[in-house]
Amino acid sequence: MSVHMHDHERSAAVSNRVKSLVARLEREGITTEAELDSLVDSFLLSARPENGYAIVARAWTDPSFKAQLLDDANAAMASMGIDLSQWASVTLRVVENTPENHNVIVCTLCSCYPIALLGPSPSWYKSLEYRARVVREPRKVLEEFGLTLPPQTLITVWDSTAEARYMVLPMRPAGTEDYAEDELAALVTRNGLIGTAPV
Amino acid sequence: MERPHDLGGSQGFGQIEIEPGPEAPFHHEWEARVFALNRFFLKRGTYTLDEFRYAAERMDPEQYRGASYYERWLNAIETLLAEKGVLE
Repeated sequence: MSVHMHDHERSAAVSNRVKSLVARLEREGITTEAELDSLVDSFLLSARPENGYAIVARAWTDPSFKAQLLDDANAAMASMGIDLSQWASVTLRVVENTPENHNVIVCTLCSCYPIALLGPSPSWYKSLEYRARVVREPRKVLEEFGLTLPPQTLITVWDSTAEARYMVLPMRPAGTEDYAEDELAALVTRNGLIGTAPV
Repeated sequence: MERPHDLGGSQGFGQIEIEPGPEAPFHHEWEARVFALNRFFLKRGTYTLDEFRYAAERMDPEQYRGASYYERWLNAIETLLAEKGVLE
């Protein structure tokens, strides 16, 4: 297949490949379209970025939870009833942003990501450009996201693997001292948990 | 052998395309289907996550770079179903 084919033509061709694969699997009695649909639906119900937002809001308001989150994130997830093992068992590490150090996550080899906490990853996270560049020129890449860090702030880039996944704990914004936990959760964004946004 | 997936620090890549606003999990119906197929075979134990990744990494480098993300997944699934004898 030509790599120069237009995107929509290419997508239509791949769509047909998928249809014929599913049809073969149905004929062989291996699975059904309904079964496959239900797998996506159940996944999207459980793997949502709201999980990540709630964790951050709780860490901002509960110092003992924050300590546990940074020390043993898997135990902290278990205490919130979140199942991290969407595909296989993983070790989660939560890395905290400070005025001195900003964290950003990537998976240079594929697309590893804490999907249970952030939902399906954005296309740019999986792009060849992000994977190649963020480890070499993180400051420039963050600027492309509209995040300009002070020159004295260090940037730590965490390269994920299938077994080790990362989530960023952003800094709590100033002026939110009176916010309730749900109001704080509403401030958090998915990019903030990857490190390409301040919160 | 060239390893097309080992991208960290590679030079010559341009601007990162960033979709504004919240991005839908899938951009085409077939992407959700490919996602579901992988989940199905992983849960069933047909192959492991490591085998799946390795299957994607073994793609022809030119093909790997030209393919979209879920197209690479589809390639890996097709490769593994053939290798495991699930579909002849």
